[in-house]
Order: sequence, then structure tokens, then C-alpha cells
Amino acid sequence: MSRRGRLALFGVAAAGLGVVLVHGLVGLPAFGDFHGRYGLLLAHVAVPERKATDIVNSITYDYRGVDTMGEEFILFASAIGLVIVLRRMRGEHRDERADERADEDRPGRRHDDLPDDRHAQTSVALRVFGLALVGPVLVLGVYFASQGQLTPGGGFQGGVILAAALVLVYLAGRYHAMARLRPVPVVELAEGLGAAGYAAIGVGGLISGSSFLLNFVPQGAMSNLPSGGTIALLSAVVGLEVAGAFTLVFAEFMDQRLLTGGRR
Amino acid sequence: MNVLQASALILVALGGTAVVVCRDPLRQAIVAGVFGLLLAILFFVFQAPDVALSEIVIGTVGVPVMFLLALAKLHEQRDDTPEIDQ
Repeated sequence: MSRRGRLALFGVAAAGLGVVLVHGLVGLPAFGDFHGRYGLLLAHVAVPERKATDIVNSITYDYRGVDTMGEEFILFASAIGLVIVLRRMRGEHRDERADERADEDRPGRRHDDLPDDRHAQTSVALRVFGLALVGPVLVLGVYFASQGQLTPGGGFQGGVILAAALVLVYLAGRYHAMARLRPVPVVELAEGLGAAGYAAIGVGGLISGSSFLLNFVPQGAMSNLPSGGTIALLSAVVGLEVAGAFTLVFAEFMDQRLLTGGRR
Repeated sequence: MNVLQASALILVALGGTAVVVCRDPLRQAIVAGVFGLLLAILFFVFQAPDVALSEIVIGTVGVPVMFLLALAKLHEQRDDTPEIDQ
């Protein structure tokens, strides 16, 4: 198609889009005008009923807890799937490299030399800054995962922040330290326990004689750390699951990078 | 809508355009991280702090780290086999 033809086609399409867009925007309700029935109801009922001061988390972990369980299992399944794909590729690469290494002109070179190549590349400022941030970031992650029922935050955000602490260790050039910090079986166990814990708390509602994921734990006093019943527990197990899943994914990607690369 | 919210919307529009205009994948990953931060500010000024926190952890930690690691991997493959370059 010629340039003129493409421009003409674009002009027609853009004019059509413009008409539809203006038509749609004119019919929108006014800014801040909300008529959702459930939203208005929950805004009045949620805090006195659940004793959790963060309504958003009482919705995610209680009123629509089954949806959150679905989301958690999506993350669980995608992390496991990625690990399966990457591990097989890594095994293949490792075999190739073992063959290459046998007839390489540097016989003294060991597996462990590869991360040290990277270590030399990171700057001192990055290393110091990264290591100094690891502790605060870990505390922040635990804080978010444990305060979901009180303040904005919750298990998902806390879990990703915990995994980010590991990335900081990696950025600081401590591949060996990172390899020790994320013993893969423990991380896998944490991920599995987090996912299973969510389902187990849900079954707890059935055992207590009512429905799945019912808030069966005593709600406690408002704005205390143990408040909101299962909301705090579910937030904690989601934190465990998300931290495990992201750590696993980051670690597998980094192993890929180090085992297949690091050489020119 | 107040001035803060309007300027946050404009910043997000500019940031999104910047992500699209940026052609180098490495820079694009960093610009996408900054765009995630702008989105988080937008959610915050529209009084959704929970969503803002989720956006911060995903937009500035999760997605850029994935992109950078994937780019590092692609970069090495390209070094190994120059014929797939471009």
C-alpha cells in the first residue's frame, strides 16, 4: 500500500475512533459520581463487621476471598510453569557447556569462576548501597505483609518487597550470598505452604460449620495487630506465597543468565 | 477533579507516550519503571493507596527486573550467534 493510501486509511479510522470516543465520553457519569450498590454497602458495613480498618483488604481477603484464591493460584501455577521450562533449558545448556569446557584452552577454569566475572563488573557504590538497603527492605516487606488488616498494603505487596531484597543482594554482586539466601527447596516449600495455607484457612470455615473461606477466627479488637480474624492470616499466607513465587522466578532467571552467559 | 489529579493524569499520559517513543528495549524497561511510578502517584492522588502500593511493587520491581533479566539473556544469545542479530 502506498504512503498516501495508508494515511487515508489512518485518517478514516482515526475519525471513526474519535466519533465513538466522544460519544462514549459524553455519556459518562460525572467525576466521582458512584452508584455501585455493593461499594456503598461495604463502605458502611465492613469496618464494624470485620474490625479491620483497611476495607480494601477486608474485601480482597474476606468478602471476595475466593477470587483472591484464584489469583493466588494463577501466580502459583505460572511460577511453577516458568521453573519447569527454564530448568529444562538450563540442564541442556549445562550439558553443552560441560562438553565445551572439556576441550577449552583454559583447563583451570571452574564453574565457580563465572559469578566472579560479574562480581568484578559491579561498582563499589552499587554494592554498598545495595547491601545497606537489604535490611530495611526486608523489614518493610514483613511490615506490609503483617499489617494488611490495619493499613494499606497486605500480603501481595509485602511478598514482592521481600523478593526485591534478594534482587538487591544480587545487584550488590554477591551471587554466592544470593545462592545461599535462596535455597531453592526452602523457597519452593514457602510457595507451596502459602498456597496450601490459603486453601486450609478456607476449609477452616467449612470445619467451623459454615461456608468455605468464612471468617471463623474471632475478630479481636479494632486496630490491634491481631484483628480482622482470617484477614490477617490470609494476608500472611499470601505474603509467604508471593515472596516464594517471585524469589523462585527471579532466581531461575538469574541462574539462566549466569549459567548460559558470563562469557564472550 | 483538583489540580493534583489533573496533573497526575497529564504526567501519566506523557509517561505512556515516552514508553512508546523509546525504541531501545533496555531504556524502555527503565522508562516503563518510571511510568509505573507515575501510575502509582496517579492511584494515590485518586485515593487508592492499596492499588498504588501494588503498582509500585509490580511496576517498579517486578516488571523491570523481569524485562532486564530477559534482555540480558537475549543479549548473550545474540553474542553467541551473530546471525540472528537484527
